[in-house]
Amino acid sequence: MLRTAGLVTAVVVGLNVYLARYSVRMSPISRGFRGRRREGPAGRVPPGQYVTTDFPVLSAGPTPRTPLDKWTFSIATGGGSKSWTWAEFRALPAETVTADIHCVTRWSKLDTRWQGVSVDVLLDQVEHTAAYVLAFSDGGYTTNLPVADLTGGRAWVAFDFDGKPLAPEHGGPARLLVPHLYFWKSAKWVRGLRLRDTDEPGFWENYGYHMYGDPWREQRYAGD
Amino acid sequence: MAGTAVRGRLNWQLANVGSVTDETARVRTITLDAPDWPEHRAGQHLDVRLTADDGYRAERSYSIASAPGEPLAITVERLDDGEVSPYLADELMAGDELELRGPIGGYFVWSAADGGPLLLMAGGSGIVPLRAMLRERQRSGSTVPARLLYSSRSWDDVIYRAELSGYDATVVHTLTRAQPAGWTGYARRVDERMLAEVAWPASEAALAYVCGPTSFVEAVATGLVRLGYPPERVKTERFGATGG
Repeated sequence: MLRTAGLVTAVVVGLNVYLARYSVRMSPISRGFRGRRREGPAGRVPPGQYVTTDFPVLSAGPTPRTPLDKWTFSIATGGGSKSWTWAEFRALPAETVTADIHCVTRWSKLDTRWQGVSVDVLLDQVEHTAAYVLAFSDGGYTTNLPVADLTGGRAWVAFDFDGKPLAPEHGGPARLLVPHLYFWKSAKWVRGLRLRDTDEPGFWENYGYHMYGDPWREQRYAGD
Repeated sequence: MAGTAVRGRLNWQLANVGSVTDETARVRTITLDAPDWPEHRAGQHLDVRLTADDGYRAERSYSIASAPGEPLAITVERLDDGEVSPYLADELMAGDELELRGPIGGYFVWSAADGGPLLLMAGGSGIVPLRAMLRERQRSGSTVPARLLYSSRSWDDVIYRAELSGYDATVVHTLTRAQPAGWTGYARRVDERMLAEVAWPASEAALAYVCGPTSFVEAVATGLVRLGYPPERVKTERFGATGG
Protein backbone atom coordinates (compact mmCIF):
# COMPACT_ATOMS: atom_id res chain seq x y z
CA MET A 1 0.00 0.00 0.00
CA LEU A 2 1.20 3.45 0.78
CA ARG A 3 4.12 2.68 3.00
CA THR A 4 6.92 4.67 1.46
CA ALA A 5 10.06 6.03 2.97
CA GLY A 6 11.79 9.28 3.68
CA LEU A 7 11.54 11.96 1.08
CA VAL A 8 8.64 10.37 -0.76
CA THR A 9 6.55 10.36 2.39
CA ALA A 10 7.44 13.95 3.06
CA VAL A 11 6.37 14.93 -0.43
CA VAL A 12 3.10 12.99 -0.10
CA VAL A 13 2.37 14.57 3.27
CA GLY A 14 3.13 17.98 1.83
CA LEU A 15 0.81 17.32 -1.07
CA ASN A 16 -1.96 16.22 1.29
CA VAL A 17 -1.59 19.38 3.34
CA TYR A 18 -1.77 21.35 0.13
CA LEU A 19 -4.86 19.47 -1.04
CA ALA A 20 -6.52 19.86 2.35
CA ARG A 21 -5.98 23.60 2.25
CA TYR A 22 -7.06 23.73 -1.36
CA SER A 23 -10.27 21.89 -0.54
CA VAL A 24 -10.95 24.19 2.42
CA ARG A 25 -10.81 27.13 0.04
CA MET A 26 -12.81 25.41 -2.65
CA SER A 27 -15.70 23.96 -0.64
CA PRO A 28 -18.86 25.53 -2.00
CA ILE A 29 -21.41 26.80 0.49
CA SER A 30 -24.33 24.38 0.63
CA ARG A 31 -27.22 26.76 -0.02
CA GLY A 32 -29.47 26.89 3.02
CA PHE A 33 -27.47 24.42 5.11
CA ARG A 34 -27.17 25.35 8.78
CA GLY A 35 -26.41 22.04 10.47
CA ARG A 36 -27.53 20.81 13.85
CA ARG A 37 -24.06 21.11 15.37
CA ARG A 38 -24.15 18.31 17.86
CA GLU A 39 -20.46 18.74 18.47
CA GLY A 40 -20.43 17.91 22.17
CA PRO A 41 -18.16 19.24 24.91
CA ALA A 42 -15.05 21.13 23.78
CA GLY A 43 -11.98 18.96 23.31
CA ARG A 44 -13.89 15.69 23.60
CA VAL A 45 -15.20 15.12 20.08
CA PRO A 46 -12.79 14.77 17.14
CA PRO A 47 -13.39 16.69 13.91
CA GLY A 48 -16.22 15.39 11.73
CA GLN A 49 -17.82 13.41 14.56
CA TYR A 50 -21.18 13.87 16.28
CA VAL A 51 -22.18 12.64 19.71
CA THR A 52 -24.72 9.87 20.08
CA THR A 53 -26.17 8.20 23.14
CA ASP A 54 -27.03 5.04 21.18
CA PHE A 55 -24.53 2.29 20.59
CA PRO A 56 -24.80 1.56 16.86
CA VAL A 57 -23.55 -1.78 15.57
CA LEU A 58 -21.41 -2.16 12.47
CA SER A 59 -19.90 -5.40 11.30
CA ALA A 60 -19.39 -7.19 8.01
CA GLY A 61 -21.00 -10.54 8.73
CA PRO A 62 -23.17 -12.55 11.07
CA THR A 63 -22.47 -12.22 14.78
CA PRO A 64 -20.27 -15.16 15.84
CA ARG A 65 -21.24 -17.00 19.03
CA THR A 66 -18.36 -18.95 20.52
CA PRO A 67 -19.20 -20.83 23.74
CA LEU A 68 -16.97 -19.80 26.62
CA ASP A 69 -15.66 -23.34 27.07
CA LYS A 70 -14.32 -23.19 23.49
CA TRP A 71 -12.95 -19.65 23.83
CA THR A 72 -9.24 -18.96 24.14
CA PHE A 73 -7.12 -15.87 23.81
CA SER A 74 -3.68 -16.33 22.33
CA ILE A 75 -0.64 -14.28 21.51
CA ALA A 76 1.52 -15.64 18.72
CA THR A 77 5.12 -14.47 18.50
CA GLY A 78 7.66 -15.47 15.89
CA GLY A 79 8.97 -18.12 18.25
CA GLY A 80 5.88 -19.54 19.90
CA SER A 81 2.58 -18.70 21.44
CA LYS A 82 0.84 -18.16 24.77
CA SER A 83 -2.80 -18.99 25.28
CA TRP A 84 -5.41 -18.43 27.99
CA THR A 85 -8.72 -20.21 28.49
CA TRP A 86 -11.73 -18.05 29.43
CA ALA A 87 -11.26 -18.98 33.11
CA GLU A 88 -7.55 -18.18 32.97
CA PHE A 89 -8.22 -14.92 31.17
CA ARG A 90 -10.87 -13.86 33.70
CA ALA A 91 -8.49 -14.66 36.55
CA LEU A 92 -6.10 -11.98 35.28
CA PRO A 93 -6.27 -8.58 36.98
CA ALA A 94 -8.96 -6.45 35.34
CA GLU A 95 -9.41 -2.69 35.23
CA THR A 96 -12.42 -0.42 35.01
CA VAL A 97 -12.10 1.97 32.09
CA THR A 98 -14.17 5.03 31.22
CA ALA A 99 -13.45 6.23 27.71
CA ASP A 100 -14.83 8.18 24.75
CA ILE A 101 -15.13 6.07 21.60
CA HIS A 102 -15.17 7.27 18.00
CA CYS A 103 -16.50 5.31 15.03
CA VAL A 104 -15.29 6.06 11.51
CA THR A 105 -18.95 6.30 10.47
CA ARG A 106 -18.89 9.55 12.49
CA TRP A 107 -20.64 8.80 15.75
CA SER A 108 -18.81 9.34 19.02
CA LYS A 109 -20.04 8.08 22.36
CA LEU A 110 -18.73 9.72 25.49
CA ASP A 111 -17.92 8.23 28.90
CA THR A 112 -18.46 4.59 27.96
CA ARG A 113 -17.72 2.24 30.87
CA TRP A 114 -15.85 -1.01 30.41
CA GLN A 115 -14.04 -3.69 32.32
CA GLY A 116 -11.13 -5.44 30.75
CA VAL A 117 -7.66 -6.84 31.04
CA SER A 118 -4.94 -4.41 30.06
CA VAL A 119 -3.01 -5.56 26.99
CA ASP A 120 0.11 -4.72 29.02
CA VAL A 121 -0.76 -7.62 31.34
CA LEU A 122 -1.09 -9.99 28.40
CA LEU A 123 2.03 -8.87 26.54
CA ASP A 124 4.09 -9.02 29.74
CA GLN A 125 3.73 -12.80 29.60
CA VAL A 126 5.49 -13.21 26.25
CA GLU A 127 8.98 -12.37 25.07
CA HIS A 128 8.99 -10.38 21.88
CA THR A 129 10.57 -7.51 20.00
CA ALA A 130 7.69 -6.94 17.59
CA ALA A 131 6.60 -3.46 16.55
CA TYR A 132 3.16 -4.37 15.16
CA VAL A 133 0.17 -6.53 15.95
CA LEU A 134 -2.50 -8.10 13.82
CA ALA A 135 -5.49 -8.72 16.08
CA PHE A 136 -7.71 -11.59 14.93
CA SER A 137 -11.29 -12.47 15.76
CA ASP A 138 -13.97 -15.11 15.42
CA GLY A 139 -15.52 -14.75 11.98
CA GLY A 140 -12.19 -13.96 10.33
CA TYR A 141 -11.96 -10.26 11.15
CA THR A 142 -8.49 -8.77 11.57
CA THR A 143 -7.07 -5.33 12.24
CA ASN A 144 -3.53 -4.01 12.52
CA LEU A 145 -2.06 -1.79 15.22
CA PRO A 146 1.38 -0.70 16.41
CA VAL A 147 2.45 -2.40 19.65
CA ALA A 148 3.11 1.09 21.02
CA ASP A 149 -0.64 1.83 20.78
CA LEU A 150 -1.57 -1.33 22.66
CA THR A 151 0.78 -0.74 25.59
CA GLY A 152 1.22 1.90 28.26
CA GLY A 153 -2.30 1.56 29.64
CA ARG A 154 -4.06 2.52 26.40
CA ALA A 155 -5.63 -0.78 25.32
CA TRP A 156 -7.65 -3.57 26.91
CA VAL A 157 -9.36 -6.84 26.11
CA ALA A 158 -12.80 -5.86 27.41
CA PHE A 159 -15.46 -8.30 28.56
CA ASP A 160 -17.94 -6.03 30.32
CA PHE A 161 -19.79 -2.95 29.06
CA ASP A 162 -21.85 -0.65 31.28
CA GLY A 163 -21.83 -3.14 34.14
CA LYS A 164 -22.99 -6.12 32.09
CA PRO A 165 -21.24 -8.87 30.15
CA LEU A 166 -20.46 -7.56 26.67
CA ALA A 167 -23.33 -8.47 24.31
CA PRO A 168 -22.49 -10.59 21.23
CA GLU A 169 -23.50 -7.85 18.75
CA HIS A 170 -21.05 -5.50 20.46
CA GLY A 171 -18.23 -8.02 20.31
CA GLY A 172 -18.81 -10.28 23.30
CA PRO A 173 -17.58 -12.31 24.97
CA ALA A 174 -14.53 -10.07 24.57
CA ARG A 175 -13.36 -7.33 22.26
CA LEU A 176 -10.29 -5.21 21.94
CA LEU A 177 -10.73 -1.70 23.36
CA VAL A 178 -8.37 0.92 21.94
CA PRO A 179 -10.35 4.11 22.48
CA HIS A 180 -7.76 6.53 21.11
CA LEU A 181 -8.11 5.06 17.60
CA TYR A 182 -11.21 4.77 15.39
CA PHE A 183 -13.37 2.02 16.77
CA TRP A 184 -12.85 -0.48 13.91
CA LYS A 185 -9.42 -1.01 15.52
CA SER A 186 -11.20 -2.24 18.67
CA ALA A 187 -11.78 -5.68 17.14
CA LYS A 188 -15.00 -7.38 18.19
CA TRP A 189 -14.93 -11.08 19.15
CA VAL A 190 -11.16 -10.84 19.51
CA ARG A 191 -9.36 -14.14 19.99
CA GLY A 192 -5.75 -13.12 19.91
CA LEU A 193 -2.84 -11.06 18.71
CA ARG A 194 -0.23 -11.97 16.13
CA LEU A 195 3.00 -10.10 16.81
CA ARG A 196 4.81 -8.98 13.68
CA ASP A 197 7.86 -7.00 12.62
CA THR A 198 6.01 -5.26 9.80
CA ASP A 199 2.67 -3.47 9.58
CA GLU A 200 0.32 -5.58 7.45
CA PRO A 201 -3.20 -4.35 6.70
CA GLY A 202 -6.15 -6.07 8.38
CA PHE A 203 -9.70 -6.50 7.09
CA TRP A 204 -10.95 -2.93 6.62
CA GLU A 205 -7.43 -1.63 6.01
CA ASN A 206 -7.34 -3.94 2.98
CA TYR A 207 -10.48 -2.24 1.73
CA GLY A 208 -8.99 1.21 1.81
CA TYR A 209 -9.40 2.27 5.42
CA HIS A 210 -6.47 3.98 7.11
CA MET A 211 -3.58 1.86 8.44
CA TYR A 212 -3.46 3.78 11.73
CA GLY A 213 -6.85 5.49 12.20
CA ASP A 214 -6.29 8.47 14.49
CA PRO A 215 -9.69 10.19 14.90
CA TRP A 216 -8.10 13.51 15.90
CA ARG A 217 -6.33 13.60 12.52
CA GLU A 218 -9.41 12.23 10.71
CA GLN A 219 -7.47 9.26 9.36
CA ARG A 220 -10.53 7.55 7.92
CA TYR A 221 -9.24 6.26 4.60
CA ALA A 222 -5.84 5.45 3.14
CA GLY A 223 -4.01 8.66 2.41
CA ASP A 224 -6.01 10.81 4.87
CA MET B 1 -10.58 -12.80 -0.13
CA ALA B 2 -8.14 -10.16 -1.23
CA GLY B 3 -9.17 -6.60 -0.76
CA THR B 4 -9.06 -3.88 -3.30
CA ALA B 5 -7.06 -1.21 -1.62
CA VAL B 6 -7.89 2.34 -2.41
CA ARG B 7 -4.77 3.74 -4.03
CA GLY B 8 -3.82 7.13 -2.76
CA ARG B 9 -5.97 9.70 -1.14
CA LEU B 10 -9.71 9.79 -1.69
CA ASN B 11 -10.05 13.39 -2.69
CA TRP B 12 -13.16 15.47 -2.31
CA GLN B 13 -14.69 16.34 -5.63
CA LEU B 14 -17.46 18.57 -6.78
CA ALA B 15 -20.59 17.11 -8.31
CA ASN B 16 -23.62 18.80 -9.79
CA VAL B 17 -27.02 17.59 -8.78
CA GLY B 18 -28.67 16.34 -11.96
CA SER B 19 -32.08 15.42 -10.67
CA VAL B 20 -34.00 14.68 -7.51
CA THR B 21 -36.79 12.11 -7.59
CA ASP B 22 -39.12 11.28 -4.73
CA GLU B 23 -39.26 7.54 -4.10
CA THR B 24 -41.54 7.72 -1.05
CA ALA B 25 -42.68 10.50 1.29
CA ARG B 26 -39.38 10.20 3.19
CA VAL B 27 -36.96 9.01 0.54
CA ARG B 28 -35.53 10.55 -2.60
CA THR B 29 -32.98 9.61 -5.20
CA ILE B 30 -30.39 12.18 -6.21
CA THR B 31 -28.39 11.80 -9.40
CA LEU B 32 -24.96 13.37 -9.40
CA ASP B 33 -22.93 14.56 -12.32
CA ALA B 34 -19.41 13.94 -11.01
CA PRO B 35 -16.84 14.34 -13.79
CA ASP B 36 -13.98 12.91 -11.71
CA TRP B 37 -15.87 9.92 -10.34
CA PRO B 38 -13.87 6.69 -10.66
CA GLU B 39 -15.70 3.45 -11.40
CA HIS B 40 -17.42 2.00 -8.35
CA ARG B 41 -18.79 -1.46 -7.63
CA ALA B 42 -22.36 -2.29 -6.74
CA GLY B 43 -22.72 -2.13 -2.95
CA GLN B 44 -20.13 0.56 -2.24
CA HIS B 45 -20.87 3.89 -0.62
CA LEU B 46 -19.65 7.46 -0.80
CA ASP B 47 -19.21 10.36 1.59
CA VAL B 48 -21.12 13.61 1.20
CA ARG B 49 -19.91 16.86 2.74
CA LEU B 50 -22.04 19.93 3.40
CA THR B 51 -20.61 23.34 4.27
CA ALA B 52 -22.57 26.11 6.02
CA ASP B 53 -21.87 29.75 5.20
CA ASP B 54 -19.80 30.13 8.39
CA GLY B 55 -17.57 27.21 7.40
CA TYR B 56 -19.25 24.59 9.61
CA ARG B 57 -19.24 21.20 7.92
CA ALA B 58 -21.00 17.89 8.26
CA GLU B 59 -20.21 14.64 6.47
CA ARG B 60 -22.14 11.39 6.15
CA SER B 61 -21.87 8.18 4.14
CA TYR B 62 -24.57 7.02 1.72
CA SER B 63 -24.91 3.83 -0.25
CA ILE B 64 -24.59 4.23 -3.98
CA ALA B 65 -27.91 3.42 -5.67
CA SER B 66 -26.64 3.11 -9.25
CA ALA B 67 -24.76 0.34 -11.00
CA PRO B 68 -21.23 0.91 -12.28
CA GLY B 69 -21.34 2.76 -15.56
CA GLU B 70 -24.71 4.36 -14.88
CA PRO B 71 -25.11 7.99 -13.87
CA LEU B 72 -24.03 8.17 -10.22
CA ALA B 73 -26.97 8.22 -7.81
CA ILE B 74 -27.64 8.01 -4.09
CA THR B 75 -30.97 7.36 -2.39
CA VAL B 76 -31.44 9.14 0.92
CA GLU B 77 -34.01 8.60 3.65
CA ARG B 78 -34.86 11.64 5.74
CA LEU B 79 -34.08 10.96 9.40
CA ASP B 80 -36.01 13.50 11.42
CA ASP B 81 -33.27 13.99 14.00
CA GLY B 82 -30.56 13.79 11.36
CA GLU B 83 -28.27 16.57 10.25
CA VAL B 84 -27.41 15.84 6.63
CA SER B 85 -30.29 13.69 5.42
CA PRO B 86 -33.02 16.34 5.99
CA TYR B 87 -30.98 18.73 3.87
CA LEU B 88 -30.47 16.21 1.09
CA ALA B 89 -34.09 15.03 1.22
CA ASP B 90 -35.77 18.44 1.53
CA GLU B 91 -33.50 21.28 0.44
CA LEU B 92 -31.22 20.05 -2.31
CA MET B 93 -32.30 20.93 -5.84
CA ALA B 94 -31.20 20.10 -9.35
CA GLY B 95 -28.29 22.33 -10.29
CA ASP B 96 -26.90 22.55 -6.74
CA GLU B 97 -23.28 21.62 -6.12
CA LEU B 98 -22.41 18.82 -3.72
CA GLU B 99 -19.02 17.69 -2.45
CA LEU B 100 -18.40 13.98 -2.34
CA ARG B 101 -15.65 11.42 -2.21
CA GLY B 102 -15.44 7.68 -2.78
CA PRO B 103 -16.13 4.98 -3.63
CA ILE B 104 -15.69 3.47 -0.17
CA GLY B 105 -15.90 -0.11 1.05
CA GLY B 106 -15.05 -3.22 -0.88
CA TYR B 107 -16.53 -6.13 1.04
CA PHE B 108 -20.27 -5.61 0.68
CA VAL B 109 -20.05 -5.64 -3.13
CA TRP B 110 -21.31 -7.83 -5.92
CA SER B 111 -20.35 -8.23 -9.55
CA ALA B 112 -21.23 -10.96 -12.04
CA ALA B 113 -17.92 -12.72 -11.34
CA ASP B 114 -19.05 -13.33 -7.74
CA GLY B 115 -21.81 -15.59 -9.03
CA GLY B 116 -24.73 -16.75 -6.95
CA PRO B 117 -27.49 -17.66 -6.56
CA LEU B 118 -28.10 -14.29 -4.96
CA LEU B 119 -30.13 -13.77 -1.81
CA LEU B 120 -30.79 -10.11 -1.17
CA MET B 121 -32.34 -9.20 2.17
CA ALA B 122 -33.37 -5.59 2.68
CA GLY B 123 -34.87 -3.74 5.63
CA GLY B 124 -36.17 -0.25 4.82
CA SER B 125 -33.58 1.91 3.08
CA GLY B 126 -31.22 -1.07 3.25
CA ILE B 127 -32.59 -1.78 -0.22
CA VAL B 128 -30.31 0.90 -1.74
CA PRO B 129 -27.03 -1.05 -2.19
CA LEU B 130 -29.01 -4.16 -3.09
CA ARG B 131 -30.80 -2.21 -5.83
CA ALA B 132 -27.37 -1.31 -7.20
CA MET B 133 -26.60 -5.06 -7.29
CA LEU B 134 -29.86 -5.84 -9.10
CA ARG B 135 -29.09 -3.14 -11.65
CA GLU B 136 -25.56 -4.45 -12.07
CA ARG B 137 -26.89 -7.97 -12.56
CA GLN B 138 -29.20 -6.74 -15.28
CA ARG B 139 -26.62 -4.44 -16.87
CA SER B 140 -23.99 -7.18 -17.02
CA GLY B 141 -26.41 -9.72 -18.47
CA SER B 142 -25.77 -12.06 -15.55
CA THR B 143 -28.07 -15.06 -15.45
CA VAL B 144 -27.41 -15.73 -11.76
CA PRO B 145 -30.82 -16.40 -10.15
CA ALA B 146 -31.80 -13.84 -7.54
CA ARG B 147 -34.31 -13.59 -4.73
CA LEU B 148 -35.09 -10.43 -2.81
CA LEU B 149 -36.91 -10.33 0.51
CA TYR B 150 -37.74 -6.74 1.36
CA SER B 151 -39.16 -5.64 4.70
CA SER B 152 -40.95 -2.28 4.78
CA ARG B 153 -43.33 -0.64 7.22
CA SER B 154 -46.09 -0.18 4.67
CA TRP B 155 -46.71 -0.40 0.91
CA ASP B 156 -46.17 3.36 0.66
CA ASP B 157 -42.74 2.99 2.28
CA VAL B 158 -41.48 0.55 -0.37
CA ILE B 159 -38.59 2.24 -2.15
CA TYR B 160 -38.19 1.54 -5.92
CA ARG B 161 -41.55 -0.22 -5.77
CA ALA B 162 -42.37 -0.17 -9.48
CA GLU B 163 -38.79 -0.83 -10.55
CA LEU B 164 -38.40 -3.89 -8.34
CA SER B 165 -41.28 -5.69 -10.03
CA GLY B 166 -39.48 -5.35 -13.35
CA TYR B 167 -36.41 -7.45 -12.58
CA ASP B 168 -36.04 -11.05 -13.61
CA ALA B 169 -35.91 -12.01 -9.94
CA THR B 170 -38.20 -13.32 -7.24
CA VAL B 171 -39.25 -10.33 -5.15
CA VAL B 172 -41.08 -10.94 -1.87
CA HIS B 173 -42.34 -8.10 0.28
CA THR B 174 -43.21 -8.13 3.94
CA LEU B 175 -45.11 -5.14 5.37
CA THR B 176 -44.56 -4.93 9.09
CA ARG B 177 -46.87 -2.14 10.27
CA ALA B 178 -49.68 -1.57 7.78
CA GLN B 179 -50.94 -3.50 4.80
CA PRO B 180 -53.20 -2.41 1.96
CA ALA B 181 -56.71 -3.88 1.79
CA GLY B 182 -56.59 -7.35 0.35
CA TRP B 183 -52.84 -7.83 1.05
CA THR B 184 -52.07 -11.53 1.04
CA GLY B 185 -48.31 -11.30 1.46
CA TYR B 186 -46.22 -11.39 4.61
CA ALA B 187 -47.25 -8.91 7.29
CA ARG B 188 -44.65 -9.37 10.01
CA ARG B 189 -40.99 -8.90 10.77
CA VAL B 190 -38.68 -11.38 9.10
CA ASP B 191 -38.42 -14.52 11.20
CA GLU B 192 -36.88 -17.92 10.70
CA ARG B 193 -40.03 -19.43 9.23
CA MET B 194 -40.16 -16.69 6.61
CA LEU B 195 -36.46 -17.16 5.89
CA ALA B 196 -36.95 -20.89 5.46
CA GLU B 197 -39.78 -20.22 2.99
CA VAL B 198 -38.07 -17.52 0.95
CA ALA B 199 -34.30 -18.06 1.13
CA TRP B 200 -32.45 -20.43 -1.13
CA PRO B 201 -31.86 -23.73 0.67
CA ALA B 202 -28.37 -23.92 2.15
CA SER B 203 -27.57 -26.67 -0.38
CA GLU B 204 -27.72 -24.04 -3.17
CA ALA B 205 -24.63 -22.34 -1.68
CA ALA B 206 -26.21 -18.95 -2.21
CA LEU B 207 -24.44 -15.66 -1.63
CA ALA B 208 -26.43 -13.52 0.81
CA TYR B 209 -26.33 -9.74 1.22
CA VAL B 210 -28.21 -8.35 4.19
CA CYS B 211 -28.68 -4.61 4.68
CA GLY B 212 -30.92 -2.71 7.06
CA PRO B 213 -31.26 -1.59 10.65
CA THR B 214 -29.25 -3.49 13.23
CA SER B 215 -32.19 -5.50 14.62
CA PHE B 216 -33.16 -6.62 11.10
CA VAL B 217 -29.61 -7.59 10.16
CA GLU B 218 -29.03 -9.46 13.41
CA ALA B 219 -32.24 -11.46 13.01
CA VAL B 220 -31.65 -12.26 9.34
CA ALA B 221 -27.95 -13.07 9.54
CA THR B 222 -28.39 -15.25 12.61
CA GLY B 223 -31.35 -16.98 10.96
CA LEU B 224 -29.44 -17.69 7.76
CA VAL B 225 -26.55 -19.21 9.72
CA ARG B 226 -29.05 -21.43 11.56
CA LEU B 227 -30.43 -22.51 8.19
CA GLY B 228 -26.94 -23.68 7.28
CA TYR B 229 -25.50 -20.71 5.39
CA PRO B 230 -21.75 -20.49 6.04
CA PRO B 231 -21.06 -17.15 7.79
CA GLU B 232 -18.59 -16.16 5.07
CA ARG B 233 -21.44 -16.35 2.50
CA VAL B 234 -23.52 -13.86 4.50
CA LYS B 235 -22.36 -10.28 4.01
CA THR B 236 -23.96 -7.61 6.13
CA GLU B 237 -24.25 -3.88 6.33
CA ARG B 238 -25.97 -2.36 9.34
CA PHE B 239 -27.46 1.07 9.82
CA GLY B 240 -27.23 2.50 13.30
CA ALA B 241 -30.34 4.00 14.81
CA THR B 242 -28.74 7.42 14.72
CA GLY B 243 -26.97 9.46 12.13
CA GLY B 244 -28.27 10.86 8.93
